[in-house]
Amino acid sequence: MAPSTNSLDRTNYLNATKGFRSWFMTIDHKRLGLMYLWSVIGCFILGGFFAMKIRWTLTPGVTDFMTQTVEQMNAYNNAFTVHGAVMIFLVIIPSIPAALGNFVLPIMLGVKDVAFPKLNRLSYHLWLIGALLFVATLFIGNLDTGWTFYPPYSTGHTDVSVITAVLGAFVLGFSSIFTGLNFIVTIHKMRPPGMTWFKMPLFLWAIYATAIIQILATPVVGISLLLLLVEKTMQIGIFTPALGGDPVFFQHLFWFYSHPAVYVMILPGMGVMSELFATFSRKPIFGYKSIAMASIAIAILSFIVWGHHMFVSGQSETMSVIFSALTFSVAVPSAIKVFNWIATLYKGSIAFTTPMLYGLSIIWLFGIGGLTGMFHSTLGTSVHLHDTYFVVAHFHFVMVGSALFGFIGGIFYWWPKMYGRMAEGALSKWGCLLSFVGFNMTFLPLFPAGSRGMPRRYAGYTEAAGFDSYNMAATVGAVVLAVGLCMALYSLIRSLKHGEKAPANPWGGVTLEWQCTSPPPEHNFDIDPPTVDDPYDMTLVEWRGQEEGFLPKNPRSDDPCIADIQKA
Amino acid sequence: MNLLNLLALPQSGAETFWFPSQASTGASRVDDLFYFIFYVSLFAFIAIVVATIIFSLKYSRSRVGIEPEDSPHHSTKIEIVWSVIPALFMVAMFWYGFKDYVDRRNPPADSYQIEAISQKWSWTFNYPNGAITTGGNPAIDEGEGLVVPVNKPVVIRLESTDVLHSFFVPAFRAKMDAVPGRYNYVWFEATEIGEFPLYCAEYCGSKHSRMLATVKVVSQEDFDTWVVAAADDSDLSPEERGKKLFGAKGCIACHSVSGVAGIGPALDSLYGKEETLVDGTKVAVDDNYIRESLLDPQAKVVEGYANVPMTSFAGQLDDDDISAIIAYLKSLN
Repeated sequence: MAPSTNSLDRTNYLNATKGFRSWFMTIDHKRLGLMYLWSVIGCFILGGFFAMKIRWTLTPGVTDFMTQTVEQMNAYNNAFTVHGAVMIFLVIIPSIPAALGNFVLPIMLGVKDVAFPKLNRLSYHLWLIGALLFVATLFIGNLDTGWTFYPPYSTGHTDVSVITAVLGAFVLGFSSIFTGLNFIVTIHKMRPPGMTWFKMPLFLWAIYATAIIQILATPVVGISLLLLLVEKTMQIGIFTPALGGDPVFFQHLFWFYSHPAVYVMILPGMGVMSELFATFSRKPIFGYKSIAMASIAIAILSFIVWGHHMFVSGQSETMSVIFSALTFSVAVPSAIKVFNWIATLYKGSIAFTTPMLYGLSIIWLFGIGGLTGMFHSTLGTSVHLHDTYFVVAHFHFVMVGSALFGFIGGIFYWWPKMYGRMAEGALSKWGCLLSFVGFNMTFLPLFPAGSRGMPRRYAGYTEAAGFDSYNMAATVGAVVLAVGLCMALYSLIRSLKHGEKAPANPWGGVTLEWQCTSPPPEHNFDIDPPTVDDPYDMTLVEWRGQEEGFLPKNPRSDDPCIADIQKA
Repeated sequence: MNLLNLLALPQSGAETFWFPSQASTGASRVDDLFYFIFYVSLFAFIAIVVATIIFSLKYSRSRVGIEPEDSPHHSTKIEIVWSVIPALFMVAMFWYGFKDYVDRRNPPADSYQIEAISQKWSWTFNYPNGAITTGGNPAIDEGEGLVVPVNKPVVIRLESTDVLHSFFVPAFRAKMDAVPGRYNYVWFEATEIGEFPLYCAEYCGSKHSRMLATVKVVSQEDFDTWVVAAADDSDLSPEERGKKLFGAKGCIACHSVSGVAGIGPALDSLYGKEETLVDGTKVAVDDNYIRESLLDPQAKVVEGYANVPMTSFAGQLDDDDISAIIAYLKSLN
C-alpha cells in the first residue's frame, strides 16, 4: 500500500471505538464537534420546515385574507415564532462555535483536546436537553410570542408553552457559556510554544471574541428569562404594568444579550471567511492585525448598541441618539474586515473550490446585509423601517447570507479533515450557486416591500395593501433556496461513501489542522509537538498533485507518514 | 414594478420604487435621508463586488498558476484610508438622522391632540371634544378610523390597555409603540387629503394582522363640522349608545354577536342564560354579572376561556356606559 496522509484505512478518531456509548459519552472534542454538527443540521431542517410554512401561508392566493380563521392565524404566529427561536437558539448560535469550533480549535492549537473535556461534554448534553425542551414546546401548546418573548404578551396573554421554551433557552444559555469558557481557557493556557497571540489563526481570534460575548452576555439573558418565568408562574410583577412592572425594562435586558448575540452568530462566520480567503488565494491574509483587532473591537462595542432595537419603544430620546451614534461605531470594524478580505484576493492565486464559492458569496451577501444596517442605525430612517420587512430582509442577509453561508463554507472547508473524504464536485458547487440565487430571490424583494410599509409578523395582507408581488417572488426564491441547500447536504452525505479520499492538506492551509492526517488520530497528532510558524505563510507548503495534496516543503524527520511519502 | 425605478428619486411626493406617496411634512425628509444612504451604499456595494469579480477573474488559479507572485500583505496607509472615509460618511448619516429625529420628536406648540387607545386588536380614538372613533378588525367592523385635519400638526397620545402595540402610518413615515402603563407620543402634519393605512407594527397576538385601520385626512372645514357632529350622541337610545361603545371599546374584537364564539364567548342571545364557569359552578347572565365581568373580568370566567384573559374596563366605563352596554346586550336576544 502506498504511503498516504489519508488515514481512513488506519486507526483514526472515527473508528477507534465503536458503539452508541463511545459517541454519546465521549470527551473527544472531534466527536463532540460532529455530534453538534449533525444535531444543528437536524434543527436547521426543523426550522427550515417552519420557514417554508411561513412562505406558504403568505403566498398570494393560498389563504384568502377575508376568510382566514383565528386558528390559521395562530398557526402562522406559531410558525414564525418556532422558526425564529429554533434558528437562533438551536442553529446559528451553536453552528460555528460549537460544531466547527469544537472540531477545529484544539487541532489548530496543536493540542489533544480543549482545557476541560468533561465540561465540553456537559455543554453538549445541556444543549440536547435545551433542544428537547424546545421540541416538547411544539407539543405542549401554541408558542406564539415571537422569539423575543416580549411581555406582557408572553406572561399574561398566551399559553404555558412559553415556560418550556424559555426554560429551553435558559439551559441552552448554560451550554453556550460553558463552551465559551472552555475556549477562552484553552486559548489562554494551551497555545503551543511559539504561537504568540499574533501568530494565532484568525479563526481562533474570532472564536475568542465570540467566547467573550458568550460568557459575559448570556448570563444576563438567563436571568431575564428566569424573571419572565417568575412573573408568568407566580404573578410577581416585574414586566407587566397591571402587576406593577415595566415591559420596556424587559426589552433592555433582552437586547443587552440579544444584540451581542448577533455577533456570536456573525463573528465566527467572519473567522471562517478569513481562513477561506487566505487559503484559497494562497496568500497571507491582508491586514492580519486589523482583522484580529476588529474582532475584539466588535465584541466590545456589541455590548453598547442594544438600544437601537428600541428607538420606538418609548426609551428616552437622549438614549436613542447615543445608541444611534454607538451603532455606527460597530459598522467600521465590520467594513474593515470586508476590505481586508478583498485585498487578500489581489495578486493571489484564487481557487474556486466549493468552500471558496461560499466565501465569495458572502462578500455580496454581507455587503448587502451590512450596508442595509446603516439605514437602521440612522435615527430618521430607522423609525420608519422598524418592524417592517426591511428589517427582516436586513437581518436575514446577515444571519443567513453571512453567518449560515459561513457555516456551510466552513463545513465544506473542514469536511475532508472530519471524514477523510472530499465533497467537491459539480453537485456541491451547484448547491452553492442555487442557494445564492434562491436566497437573493427570497430576500431582495422584501427590502422595498418593507420600506413601502409591509409590517412584520402578519399572518396575511389584503390585496389592496399591494404586497402580493413581493410575497410571490419571495416564495419562489425560497423554493430555489431550499433546493440549493438540499443539494449541498446531499453532496456532503454522498461523499461519505463516494467521495475521493482526502490527503492531510487538500487545500494548502498552513494552520496546524492541515498537518495531521485526514481524519486525525484520536489524539490529533502522531508527532508532538507540531511545528508552529506563521499561520498564513503559504510558501511553507507545496502542491504535490491530487493524491498527496499539499505537503510541507521542509517536513520534520520525525513525522512518520510524511517521511514515507518523501521517500516514495 | 420596473426595476429601473430602483434608482429614481421621488418626484413631488408621488409613490416610488422604495416608498409609498409622501403624505406628511416629515415624509420627504425621511426619504431624502434614505436616498442619501442608499446611493452611498450602492456605490460602496458596487465597488466591493466589482473589485471581487475583477480580482477573481484576473488572479484565478488557472490564469496565474499555483504560486502567486509576491505582494504586500499590509499597508497602514490604505487601511487608514478605508477606515476613515466610511467613518466620515457615517458621521454625516448619524448627524442628519439625529436632526430629523429631534424635529420629529418635538411637536409644534399649536398641535391638535388626539388620544389613541390600543387594545387587542383595534384602536379607539378620543378627540378633545368627546368624539370617539374606532378602527381595526376589518373582517368584523371597519370603523371610521382616525380622522385628522390636513396641514395641521397632530399629536397622538398612545396608550395600551393590554399588550404592546405600535402606531405605524407608512405614508407619514411615523411610528411609535403603545406601551401599557405609560404614555408615548407621536406627531405628524398631514399634507395630502385622502385615506392612508394605519398598521399595528408590534406583534400583539392572534389577530395582529387584523389590527388594520385607516387615517382619513380631511380639510380643516370638513374636520371642524365632522368632529362636532361625531361628539353629539344625544339623539341615541341606550341600545344604540351601547352598540357604539361595544365597537369603540374594542369588545367586538373578541366577542362576536353572530353566535360564533371568537377569542371570547359570543354575546348574542346570552342575556338571561346560565353559563358554566371554569370551577364548575353555574352563574346566570344578568345585569350584575355583566357589570362585574366588565370591571373585574377574572372574577367569573366561563369554562373554556381560562387562557384568554380579558382586559378590565374599570375606569374606562362610567355607570351610564355600563347601563348602555347592558341595554345593548339585552336587545340582542
